[in-house]
Amino acid sequence: MALTREQMAQRVARELEDGFYVNLGIGIPTLVANYIPEGVDVMLQSENGLLGMGRFPTEEELDADMINAGKQTVTARPGAAIFSSAESFAMIRGGHVDLTVLGAFEVDQEGNIASWMVPGKLIKGMGGAMDLVAGAENIICTMTHASKHGESKLLEKCTLPLTGAGCINRVLTDLAYLEIKDGAFVLKERAPGVSVEEIIEKTAGKLVVPDHVPEMTFAD
Amino acid sequence: MAGFDKRVGSYAEAMEGIEDGMTVLAGGFGLCGIPENLIAEIKRRGVKNLTVASNNCGVDGFGLGVLLEDRQISKIFASYVGENALFEQQMLNDEIEVILTPQGTLAEKMRAGGAGIPAFYTATGYGTPIGEGKEVREFNGRHYILEEALVGDFAIVKGWKADRYGNVVYRHTAQNFNPLAATAGKITVVEVEEIVEPGELEPSQIHTPGIYVDRIIQGTFEKRIEKRTLHS
Repeated sequence: MALTREQMAQRVARELEDGFYVNLGIGIPTLVANYIPEGVDVMLQSENGLLGMGRFPTEEELDADMINAGKQTVTARPGAAIFSSAESFAMIRGGHVDLTVLGAFEVDQEGNIASWMVPGKLIKGMGGAMDLVAGAENIICTMTHASKHGESKLLEKCTLPLTGAGCINRVLTDLAYLEIKDGAFVLKERAPGVSVEEIIEKTAGKLVVPDHVPEMTFAD
Repeated sequence: MAGFDKRVGSYAEAMEGIEDGMTVLAGGFGLCGIPENLIAEIKRRGVKNLTVASNNCGVDGFGLGVLLEDRQISKIFASYVGENALFEQQMLNDEIEVILTPQGTLAEKMRAGGAGIPAFYTATGYGTPIGEGKEVREFNGRHYILEEALVGDFAIVKGWKADRYGNVVYRHTAQNFNPLAATAGKITVVEVEEIVEPGELEPSQIHTPGIYVDRIIQGTFEKRIEKRTLHS
């Protein structure tokens, strides 16, 4: 069975380490905040200028001056800091964020990512995504492995305009967890009940399959 | 206005001197921390052919979105323009030129403009459509593109509190692009919720020192919330 969005978030959350500063993109990455492991303290960075993003506000706490990068109302946790957009992107570009999680349309075996523009469709903008992928050492891309029509999104070469070149090293799809290394996807784990054959079939880029590919496990 | 007293008495006075074809840098992220009354004054004046630099372009009927109604903006630097039907329509009809700019690059363009740095190298956008046609240099084995700074004929800024000297503090995440825009306007206009007596703001807590600010006005703000999201 392919992973649900919640399971994808759960799996990514296992990569969080105590003391990490983390930037979570919009969509599945945002859900990762719901699964931070016990005993692990992370500070969430929101690129509009907040380090230490807290939960959503109660009615009483609601404040128009307190939003996240998705423009949702939020709170700041104790120990948070607030700063300008230039300071925020100095942190991002300067490589100070320990882990970035973001979605993508396509990723290729060279670590290129396309996530912001489909030619012929309305272009809304890249927001902070280009800065995030250019600045982070450690990025996990979350995406479905193939389109609704079964076309692979893990490619030899991205077909869409890039968000960043050679910057992605880990991908979590609904079918598998993979690393990108030396011009190939390396299959590290598969979703429960998903066969290696299915992953091979749905991966258009070069795929390295180790002898043993463990199945992910999830508590009920 | 006399000496260091930057206060002006009306919004008309606050935007005095804005003309067709000028460049305006605006603070704000989404609808958070936008200079809503200064924008309304630009609308009232009906100036056209403006080049605007702002992270977003408001929504239909609010924020910078109101300047689209009478086609006052001809060119915009922004990182994300998604929330606005009128904007989409003008973009599709080529009535507005959109220079999509990565958010961190846009912030740095304003910071550099205010700091007297004409251009800077960044890895952001290298190998993407944003890097096309721009100078590339390699430093320590990595590729960087040259991005030019932005300065405005006007900068329009929303602060929380200011004193008459133009020292400004921002409230929470309404800071965003505001202190950057504030540094990069030939004329920087700041509207705030409260003007306090000099000395009331702690000197070490000032976000925008008064040297950057030309005009200060106190206003009232709607502070519309774009995505009201509550704890469940």
